[in-house]
Amino acid sequence: MTYLAITELQKHYDNYHALRGINLSIDEGEFIVFVGPSGCGKSTLLRTIAGLESSSGGTIELDGRDITELASSKRDLAMVFQSYALYPHMTVADNLSFALRLAKVPDAEIQEKVRSVSASLQLDALLERKPKELSGGQRQRVAIGRAIVRQPKVFLFDEPLSNLDAALRVQMRLELARLHKKLGTTMIYVTHDQVEAMTLADRVVILNAGQIEQVGTPLELYRQPNSRFVAEFIGTPKMNLIPADKITRKDDTLSLDLFGNNIDFPANRVKGKLPETAIVGIRPEHLTLVEEGGDIQGRIELVEHLGSEAYAHIQLANNQTIIVKALARSELNDNQEVNIKVDVAETVLFNESDRVISVIPEEV
Amino acid sequence: MKRSITRLLMAPSVILLLIWMIIPLSMTIYFSTIRYNLLYPGQNNFVGLLNFEFFITDPGFIPAVSNTLILLSTVLIITVVLGVALSALIDKPFFGQGIVRVLLISPFFIMPTVNALIWKNMMMNPVYGIFAWISNSLGLEPIDWLSTYPLMSVIIMVSWQWLPFAILVFVTALQSQDTEQKEAAQMDGATGWHIFRYLTIPHLYRPIAVVVMIETIFLLAVFAEIFVSTGGGPGYDSTNLAYLIYNQALLQYDVGVASAGGLFAVLLANIVAFFLIRAVGKNLTV
Ligand SMILES: Nc1ncnc2c1ncn2[C@@H]1O[C@H](COP(=O)(O)OP(=O)(O)OP(=O)(O)O)[C@@H](O)[C@H]1O
Ligand SMILES: [Mg+2]
Repeated sequence: MTYLAITELQKHYDNYHALRGINLSIDEGEFIVFVGPSGCGKSTLLRTIAGLESSSGGTIELDGRDITELASSKRDLAMVFQSYALYPHMTVADNLSFALRLAKVPDAEIQEKVRSVSASLQLDALLERKPKELSGGQRQRVAIGRAIVRQPKVFLFDEPLSNLDAALRVQMRLELARLHKKLGTTMIYVTHDQVEAMTLADRVVILNAGQIEQVGTPLELYRQPNSRFVAEFIGTPKMNLIPADKITRKDDTLSLDLFGNNIDFPANRVKGKLPETAIVGIRPEHLTLVEEGGDIQGRIELVEHLGSEAYAHIQLANNQTIIVKALARSELNDNQEVNIKVDVAETVLFNESDRVISVIPEEV
Repeated sequence: MKRSITRLLMAPSVILLLIWMIIPLSMTIYFSTIRYNLLYPGQNNFVGLLNFEFFITDPGFIPAVSNTLILLSTVLIITVVLGVALSALIDKPFFGQGIVRVLLISPFFIMPTVNALIWKNMMMNPVYGIFAWISNSLGLEPIDWLSTYPLMSVIIMVSWQWLPFAILVFVTALQSQDTEQKEAAQMDGATGWHIFRYLTIPHLYRPIAVVVMIETIFLLAVFAEIFVSTGGGPGYDSTNLAYLIYNQALLQYDVGVASAGGLFAVLLANIVAFFLIRAVGKNLTV
């Protein structure tokens, strides 16, 4: 059942077309994450949903009601801002209860709600403090608490964790996930941290230049990207992209020619007409260093040891550098010649207009 | 060693400042204790506190003190209230915003004497003033502002002069207000009035304190407007302390009493400052 439906949404700033026809439907209780490069329109989309920016075309429907032209206060949404935007002259308690007081909720009810929210976010001891007497993480929790007390239909978050240090960010991320589990409320979350996107989201929306590039579960996006843009955007280190200059068909098998090395690829995994050339996308963990019988050869340029694993940067015959994930304590030396085995099942092909032309086989 | 060098280097400015302050003050104190009337030169004998007694028992003293305080408080209220309201109104972008801002701020650049002359001759004059013209065209009897409501007339002139200062400070302060806070309030269901009441006004506490402090310093000593327009009259109706002192010194040539009045004015300023700092000063320390 679609809860929030966005249809053909457009947003023009004075001389910039920021949203170019966004179509998206979100189910009740879903955790949706918007990611994309800086300036792609994530905040604009979120703010348009919130009603802080007016749309220039298209509709937004929430719970069966058209809210496109509605004032933001009437939309029943709550937003957590990147700067927290706490009211500086009010105590934490007053910050939490502001919306309820404006809505003329009875005092006893306000107190009960503030009490339960502050207990669940560990703000009890801070209720009488002013925002400037709080740490960044505490401010963040107040901002989240302020959104929760109102029991909105949808929570909107605009990069809520980006002002926190790395350790706190991990902790708050977990708290958010827990919160979503507990409340079950629909959440829309903007970030450009892909770890946040992958760990929090039920579905991820990838935006690029004001358009939706792909929508899917984190795993779908990771294994079956629609385009080269998504493939490169998701995953660290990036997916390796190697050009195949010539493709020849032999029965049910395609032979991809990577500058002299041949890789066999099942023909039934390619959609549509057979291409003459393609770009082969392989993630670092789907390449393995082998003693012999590898698919491609290269020379180690540099090894990055991360403790739990190592990434070998390997120069191929065409002077391109690819990244291969290796075991943590593998004895790799610079300038060593290596053989690389390709996991064909996890390999994707892109055509010259950067769209994907292959499908990943169902997992068995 | 280091310390004494610091002191040595600081000494010239400290000494200069001391001289700057001490000499006029001690001369005023000295003059206030001797008979010093320009009409009777040479009879400068010590008279103790007699000058203070003369000044305080002067028939103009009570009206002058009360007029000073009324003028101060009324102008403060008018400039702060109108200043906040107008700056909030012109904060949102609209067509011609730049010009409106310049026009609102420009009275500040007009000299007090000129300001008083404009109001006296162009606005409040009972024959060819604009107020009279308005009254006439409404079929009413024109009012002679300066003689019917002298203190009120001075208050209007001084407020007109100082409102731009308040607006200047408040407009600048409003520009530093966080827009995300306003958006958050908007999403919390706040109307424009709520945002003004619960976010903008608290945001302006400190600038209001600054405006009140600075204006107080100048408003305790308003002189040119009174001198040019009402001349302190009719009677003592628009005489404030500064004008009374001028009256003593230059119209009655009694420097001794004028000095005593000056010292009293210093005392009054300190009393006002004491209450003011207690009332608004805490906003400055936040
Ligand atoms: N008020 C505005 N007027 C004109 N252009 C704007 C305005 N706000 C945003 N834009 C433009 O719209 C585009 C999208 O902006 P938006 O803030 O949505 O980016 P974003 O995806 O949130 O980026 P980031 O990750 O850096 O926050 C940008 O190119 C920006 O320059
Ligand atoms: Mg943004």
